[in-house]
Amino acid sequence: MKKIRNPLIGAFLFACCLAMELEIAGCHRNLDTSLLPSSNEAAGWAKTGSTRSFPAAELWKYIDGEAEKYQKAGVKTVLTADYNYEGKFDAVVDLYTMESAAGPRKILESEPIGDAMSVQLGDEARLYGQSLIIRKRAYLLRIVVYQGSAETPRALLELGQAIDKKMSR
Amino acid sequence: MPWLDQTSRRDFLRDCATGALVVAATQKMPLLFAAEKALAGAKAQVVIARDPALRNGANVDSGRALKLLDRSLQGLFNLDNPAEPWKKLVRPGDKIGIKVNALGGRGLSSNVQLVQAICERLEEAGVRAGDIVIWDRDTDELEHAGFHFSAAANHVQCFGTDRFGYEDELATFGNVASRLSRILTQRCDLLINVPVLKDHDGAGITGALKNMYGVIHNPNKYHPNGCNPYVADVNMLPAIRMKMRLTICDATTASYEGGPGYKPQYSWQNNALIVSQDPVALDYVGWQIIERKRAEKGLQALAAEHRAPNYIATAADAQHRLGINDPKKIAVVEV
Repeated sequence: MKKIRNPLIGAFLFACCLAMELEIAGCHRNLDTSLLPSSNEAAGWAKTGSTRSFPAAELWKYIDGEAEKYQKAGVKTVLTADYNYEGKFDAVVDLYTMESAAGPRKILESEPIGDAMSVQLGDEARLYGQSLIIRKRAYLLRIVVYQGSAETPRALLELGQAIDKKMSR
Repeated sequence: MPWLDQTSRRDFLRDCATGALVVAATQKMPLLFAAEKALAGAKAQVVIARDPALRNGANVDSGRALKLLDRSLQGLFNLDNPAEPWKKLVRPGDKIGIKVNALGGRGLSSNVQLVQAICERLEEAGVRAGDIVIWDRDTDELEHAGFHFSAAANHVQCFGTDRFGYEDELATFGNVASRLSRILTQRCDLLINVPVLKDHDGAGITGALKNMYGVIHNPNKYHPNGCNPYVADVNMLPAIRMKMRLTICDATTASYEGGPGYKPQYSWQNNALIVSQDPVALDYVGWQIIERKRAEKGLQALAAEHRAPNYIATAADAQHRLGINDPKKIAVVEV
């Protein structure tokens, strides 16, 4: 490997590396993984995997094909984790943190309402048979259940309420 | 389905016969299979197989998935024995890659029971279990979709490119320069494409052609302009063109809006497979299915949302010739 002889170049490269480290550390500091409930924080729900996070620039690794839509809406990061309800059905929770409240509104407005029920959670919430979407301030929460049943809507609301409280902090 | 060029069984068999002649003539250039068929005047064959009773509760029934697969392949090749189509596609000693789509999690990924059925038929055709690999870009995504990691030599393998890496060299065509998955380049002689029929926020729809974005290291670079011409260019990369043999599109659950991620409110249990050796024709047919569902749900056509999948026409143009997108030259048979 060639040695860097000019001390100014060396100092510049060191400063760049330091800046990158601080940026990465900053990203991680901004992530509040406690926004997603632990097991039993929401009645009947168990968290079945660790929380994963994706910053805006790496969102495509999680939702390739939709990442640009969220980036245009000002996404900063997404947290995601798997849950199970009383051993009966599984769910995935995605919590997007955006630059401002305009971001979640923009995303939600782009999605046809279909047969959603409006529910009193967050600033706006839509409840479907297997899905609950809540926008609150700069957050957009999406809970998707893989198997619908008569219990699913009530269970979705339990989990949604638990996260809604956390988004108020 | 008046919007498709429906064909009689007699026409279909005649076209198959023409296709068989073309297959024989193009043995040395399988990469141009679909294009050569078009030049020979043969219609592209697309088979849609349905089973309204496919599910046992919420899950796809394994036995019925196998029968549905058999029906679709026997329809495509016009053969009576379910083992015969596979003998036309593979030989003992071939290393087979089954490129699934696991991006949509368990709700909207290639169905595990369907993939098991494909493996069963491949093994019956003489392919060793250890020579079959089920793969996509990421092992965790495969696990989330219900597949199980496996690298045991005597079993069907299952892992993502994250475990095998990408080639160091860039493969290029047109506007695309990408590193290809080593699973494709080093681990597969032949590719069976098992995409999922989905709406796609950027591309309009995703099916056979778009599934090849899971083969390259930088798919995020190729979403501008509705993924056009990038989808067609990616499919022109030689390792993809030369190894692609068959697409079995999983339309058991499909989405008409909000894709490509799984949003149950915009998905439906379609209980069908769409099978073809022409990925362009298959995508054209899949697009029409999604448009019909959108109309049924009161949504605008994709073109009205500036999301028409124009990459399908690009894939059929003179520079790509990956298949046929002219509905008059596509024979759709429902079995």
